[in-house]
Amino acid sequence: MNSFKAVFKRELKSYFTTPLAYVFLVIFLFFSGYLTFKQGFYEMRQADMSAFFKNLPLLFVFMVPSTAMRMWAEERKVGSIELLFTLPITITQAVLGKFLAAWLFLGIALALTFPMVITVAYLGDPDVGLIITGYLGSLLMAGGFLAIGCFFSAVSKNQVISFVLSVVACAVLVFAGMPSTLNYFSTFLPAGMVTAIESMSFQKHFESIQRGVLKFGDLSYFVLLIVGWIAASSIVLDERKAK
Amino acid sequence: MIEVKELRRSFGPVVAVDGISFDVEEGEVLGLLGPNGAGKTTAMRILACFLKPDSGTASICGHDVLQNPIDVRRSLGYLAENVPAYNEMTVGAFLNFICDVREIRGSSRKQTLDRIVPMCSIESVYHQSIETLSKGYKRRVGLAQALMHDPDVLILDEPTDGLDPNQKHEVRKLIQKMAKNKCIIISTHILEEVEAVCSRTIIIAKGRILVDSTPEKLKEKYQCSLDGVFRKITKSESASLV
Repeated sequence: MNSFKAVFKRELKSYFTTPLAYVFLVIFLFFSGYLTFKQGFYEMRQADMSAFFKNLPLLFVFMVPSTAMRMWAEERKVGSIELLFTLPITITQAVLGKFLAAWLFLGIALALTFPMVITVAYLGDPDVGLIITGYLGSLLMAGGFLAIGCFFSAVSKNQVISFVLSVVACAVLVFAGMPSTLNYFSTFLPAGMVTAIESMSFQKHFESIQRGVLKFGDLSYFVLLIVGWIAASSIVLDERKAK
Repeated sequence: MIEVKELRRSFGPVVAVDGISFDVEEGEVLGLLGPNGAGKTTAMRILACFLKPDSGTASICGHDVLQNPIDVRRSLGYLAENVPAYNEMTVGAFLNFICDVREIRGSSRKQTLDRIVPMCSIESVYHQSIETLSKGYKRRVGLAQALMHDPDVLILDEPTDGLDPNQKHEVRKLIQKMAKNKCIIISTHILEEVEAVCSRTIIIAKGRILVDSTPEKLKEKYQCSLDGVFRKITKSESASLV
């Protein structure tokens, strides 16, 4: 437990001792605001945050892998992995410590979008429940992307390769659920397959949570996704740490 | 305290460690010698539980490297060859991280830092980030990290590489001082170091043990300096392999 805490603390601090956190936060906050207003936040004439949440998957496809890519790739490249895994730390503790630190960092980034909430509350009378589930969905989605990024970071020593691979993997999972993609699939795939593809995509589950419906199926989708990719990262890391 | 039996490890077609066996007891300083690529680092990495052996067993303080890697790492101080560290951290933050992992807390942490920092002469760079340090200072930080929890077993991969002559002398003195109640393995290319600190030496080449003896006995047997002994043994081995 202590080793886990030590890794978690060190990792979270390392975001803020390097320029990484600040560059990430500025770009994330700028684009999350910019896309919301560009998509017709005022034109909708509704005091809700749907315009904000709608763009998050797209933004996360690029932003989350950029946080995740250094997680293990850097550690292996610099060689500090040899230090980490000759200290009394298990692979699971290290993977979870790093993952949760990065997840908390993304949580901080999401929390810093609070001026959006203030704006909406100032302009009208928004449904608080919807805002809360919207943020919860976003956090779960960030966790899912992060777990995927963590895996690809463990696969390659090269940060650029791990970034590109995780962007592609995340994009596939997001775009598979887009109506245009599903329409295309329905022209040659049986209806059952199209539904299966839709259920596997982020989009469906994220939208459902964001609409204020907390279904067991949606929550377990994210939990399974995170647990699965994290477990895969641990296995890959154990296999490849010294290569 | 260290028991190694028939340890074998290969990387693809290359056999790095080819069935080595040895025991090291408390109070012994074992010098691991060998030409580049002999398998010294691989053997040390297996003992530090960073690599898994393909076959054979090794145990440290009674803990098996495959069954109880965490207990092995608890009783072990390990300095890797290229001194891995978190470069963006300051020396102080780094040593505190090691204390966190090794569960050294409260007043004992302060005592540990007060003991280790002057011992490795890193007071002057305590607040500097590791990436700005010279090779010698970096190695001293690595040494501090390995000694932090006062381990029973020390495995040091080229501990004096990159240090200036004064520091080399200091580190050798430190190793001699600690030798009484610890079990130490060092790997080195500097043969005078072996004469200065090691009570026993093992020469390995191509993953196999060629000689397991004391520096004095070797010099007596071959009637030349340790340098000459090393050349004779490793060259005759490569000749016989050709």
